[in-house]
Amino acid sequence: MLLIPCPFCGPRDEVEFRYGGEAGIVRPKDPDALSDAEWADYLYMRHNPKGRLEERWFHVHGCRRWFTIARSTATHEIERE
Amino acid sequence: MSQPFRLPAGGLIDRTRTIRFVFAGRAYHGHVGDTLASALLANGIHFVARSFKYHRPRGIVSAGPEEPNALVQLGLGPHEEPNARATTVELYDGLVAAPVNAWPSLRFDVGAATGLAAPLLVPGFYYKTFKGPLWRPLFEPLIRRMAGLGTAPTEPDGDRYERMNAHCDVLVVGAGPAGLEAALEAARTGARVVIACDAPLLGGTLVDRAERAEWLANAVAELSASKDVRILVRTTIFGYYDDNYLCGVERAASGEPGPRERLWKIRAGRVVLATGAHERPLVFADNDRPGIMLASAARAYIHRFGVAPGRRAVVFANNDDGLSVERDLAAAGVEVAAVLDLRDGEAVVATEGRRRLRRVETASGRRIDCDLLVVSGGWNPAVHLFCQAGGTLRWDDRLAAFLPDRARQKLEIVGAAAGEGLSPPGNALSVPPRRRRAKCFVDYQTDTTADDIALAAQEGMRSVEHMKRYTTAGLGTDQGKTGNVAAFVLLAAARGVSPAETGTTTFRPPYTPVTFGAIAGRDVGALADPVRTTPLHDEHVAAGAVFEDVGQWKRPRYYPRAGEDMEAAVARECRAVRESLGMLDASTLGKIVLQGPDVGSFLDRIYTGRMSTLAVGRCRYGIMCRDDGMVFDDGVVARLDKERWLVSTTTGNAASVLDWFEEWLQTEWTELDVSCTSVTEHWAVVTFAGPRAPALFPELGDMRPMRVVETTLDGIPARIATVSFTGGPSFEVSVPAPYAEALWRAGLAAGAVPFGTEAMHVLRAEMGYFMVGQETDGSTTPLDLGLERLVAWDKEFLGRRSLRRPAHALSGRRQLVGLKPVAPVIEGAQIEPGPGHVTSSYRTAVLAMVANGRARIGEEVNVLFEGRRVAARIVEPRFASPGSAPVPGPPLNVTMPQMAATPMASVRAAPEALERLLGLRPETPNSVAEGDGFRILWLGPDEFLIVGEADLSGTRNVDVTFNREILHIADRGILAKGCGLDLDPRAFPPGRCAQTLLARAQVILEARPEEMLVYVRRSYARYLQDWLADAARR
Repeated sequence: MLLIPCPFCGPRDEVEFRYGGEAGIVRPKDPDALSDAEWADYLYMRHNPKGRLEERWFHVHGCRRWFTIARSTATHEIERE
Repeated sequence: MSQPFRLPAGGLIDRTRTIRFVFAGRAYHGHVGDTLASALLANGIHFVARSFKYHRPRGIVSAGPEEPNALVQLGLGPHEEPNARATTVELYDGLVAAPVNAWPSLRFDVGAATGLAAPLLVPGFYYKTFKGPLWRPLFEPLIRRMAGLGTAPTEPDGDRYERMNAHCDVLVVGAGPAGLEAALEAARTGARVVIACDAPLLGGTLVDRAERAEWLANAVAELSASKDVRILVRTTIFGYYDDNYLCGVERAASGEPGPRERLWKIRAGRVVLATGAHERPLVFADNDRPGIMLASAARAYIHRFGVAPGRRAVVFANNDDGLSVERDLAAAGVEVAAVLDLRDGEAVVATEGRRRLRRVETASGRRIDCDLLVVSGGWNPAVHLFCQAGGTLRWDDRLAAFLPDRARQKLEIVGAAAGEGLSPPGNALSVPPRRRRAKCFVDYQTDTTADDIALAAQEGMRSVEHMKRYTTAGLGTDQGKTGNVAAFVLLAAARGVSPAETGTTTFRPPYTPVTFGAIAGRDVGALADPVRTTPLHDEHVAAGAVFEDVGQWKRPRYYPRAGEDMEAAVARECRAVRESLGMLDASTLGKIVLQGPDVGSFLDRIYTGRMSTLAVGRCRYGIMCRDDGMVFDDGVVARLDKERWLVSTTTGNAASVLDWFEEWLQTEWTELDVSCTSVTEHWAVVTFAGPRAPALFPELGDMRPMRVVETTLDGIPARIATVSFTGGPSFEVSVPAPYAEALWRAGLAAGAVPFGTEAMHVLRAEMGYFMVGQETDGSTTPLDLGLERLVAWDKEFLGRRSLRRPAHALSGRRQLVGLKPVAPVIEGAQIEPGPGHVTSSYRTAVLAMVANGRARIGEEVNVLFEGRRVAARIVEPRFASPGSAPVPGPPLNVTMPQMAATPMASVRAAPEALERLLGLRPETPNSVAEGDGFRILWLGPDEFLIVGEADLSGTRNVDVTFNREILHIADRGILAKGCGLDLDPRAFPPGRCAQTLLARAQVILEARPEEMLVYVRRSYARYLQDWLADAARR
């Protein structure tokens, strides 16, 4: 079970969190300006790398805050400051 | 009483206590301190099992968890356990065990005939021999009956299981010399240490070899006396997970009262793996007869249990350590007939004896009578946990073994597990010559032979992973602890490469089999999942309600009166709502208070409809979509004040909707100033529905639909909204949770008929109102539901862009319609021509989602289900038209009880602002500041819980007094059974608080000097109290 560093609560067990997928996906400001393909890309396409991934977590059973960490999808290692 | 092979002295058994046990239907005696295996050996029993595939007689090979052969069906009835290893089962009085995979008995086993068919049972025989149409009906069941191990018990488990969370600075796994030294070293620094040992006694091989007895006694004494050292014996650490999180199972000593097993979940700062090594057998012809045993096992039986494993022995080994067992045997009075060193070209090339070894034949042609053959093929370091932790291995030619290479987590691996002190084997694992067709077993448990591996290699299984799956080597319950390395080496040899190149298969948890009971713990029966109840639960029970599970909630489905079945009760309840007055407990609906200047524009983006134009005192129904345009939830938005709104959600989606709001506010629209607070459990809600409902509220009776007022009932704050899901007049009354009972009883006194969820569903279906999760399935748009009028295209909202995709305008999408079938149909039935399916089906109303449904109103179709075909007509989804004309009746006369409660308020403010207002603030996150008559718990960057009386005017706050109940717990050990936080007073001192999980409920913990306070959401309180009572009992 991952020990996830919550910026407010400190390290906590993974079961207290909800996974939020890849970080840095910005919702387009003007969706109408996008083609259907571009919109589908925003909705569905993610990088899914083997290795370093910046990802969002939500401390759902704790302070209820969203935050971003960098984690290796291959080793599960979380970059800690 | 006789135990003919018990030595006159020695061993750690208690010879003064003789106990009786039954194996394979016969009674025997052993001593306290025996394992089932040692007691059987003391009685001269080696033959304890039949093998998996060929049903060959098998004996006890090892003295530990690596045992491949001696599996038994242990215990009877509700205490039965399949595939227990006789070598780790501690003997207790009255133990009953039976061999697995033998029928009708060990001695006369029908399956042994498969031995004759052995040439057909080569690897891949499934695919080669039994293909074609007869596989499923004939061959598969046959093979499944023939091959196999223990049988699953049929009775419910009669044992109890415990669970415990633990935190330590250093976890030492293994209590042999290396583990004890590591534990001593750590303990002396004052660290919190846990040492886990799978045997009943610390010492590991020191016990088996009777060495360094004084050092061992001193080490155990020192560790036992150290305050911060926790010694877990009979505890197998079976899984090493991320971030030094390890799980183990502690078994109760036999005959001990209390739980049978305890699951430990341990988070360790540092881990020392002192897991030792497993000795491996040699691969030679007919190396599987009962009476053939590992050298380490022979030692253990002599020194730990005072048992002579035979009368006349031959020793056969490829390493000095293995050969040296000769001395142990001789000292125990076992005659050693020969010592064969494989390195000198000496070898056993054949063995004889059907049910017990009788004779061996050597390479030099000697035929030696013996009843025991002690073998050693070198050692495999127990690197299982090391590899589970992500560590890599390297092949070591000298030890002919895989050794730990690079560790990934914060761990050290020491002693034999790291290859230290192991005796190097010569001519590694070569197979001596043998007669044609004699089997040389590599993996006893799966009956995999050296020839099988060669065949797999020949057929192109180049990878160890392919070989494993093709031959099944390593797939047994022992996961190949004794056999795997030999299999890898033989594959490498067949391919002409080094084992360094073929590598190993993947090591996965668990290290040894774990019972489902241990994993489930106390989360079984009534505690399997939290049961959430409303403040009116006792009223419903008293009224004889039949309950329905809605998510984790218990909701009354209907309230049968004497002689009524469900249909009659529901019809009566519906009639009351349509003709006079019904009332429903709607407390389970999610309730979220939103505050801030930007709530309107936030809700515009969340809902398909426009909410920002809603006037104070008004309600509006809305639908929310995910950004892919699919309906996610629906509910009513009420504007209570200029900057204070209340959103209600469906029962099932209350948590998801709040999370959804937080996600968009925190991660995308950070410019919006909106705070969300759940008040679901603070308020109880009773819906009064029917033409008599307006008369209940003479002052409000002329309230038009979709209005909301904040008022009082007998001096208690209340909120009344005219929101209807039945089409007729409806007053939704909310009061703080403890006052719900008084409100409900006032309703009964006014003649309201309680109705349940079933009537509610019928009433809404009659109106053609869709229900999330019933008509929608995650692929349904508002347009499919015919709700385009609720979509404000001229503003941006989640899902809008997706809904504008041309695909959504194409014909063929399923649309919500009504159905008039000629006979009852079931939900889920298919509609022809389709595609389409029935989504809701009641006697008075049937809804369906049908391709191009709205254009097909009036069309005749067929409904198909359970092999039947029922004709139906597609109609408008509307089956009732209730009038809105009020009917006179008595008013609601509520008398509220007097009660005192400590106020609680959720405050959203910057810490500095809070300090300016209250004069103090908590110093660090998750800590508590104590003011005059109140405490402040800092729960989130800008979120505080104020407990007690404080003047909060001018802050953004919400009364949450009744959202949670406070439980007082003196014993932190009980909390540790269900909470992953480190609750040691040093880590969680008084003045700390935390939001976390306890059992399966979200809680706030607050440490007070004398006790812990547990703030639990009101609907979970009963569940958690039951859970705590159960945890305290054990």
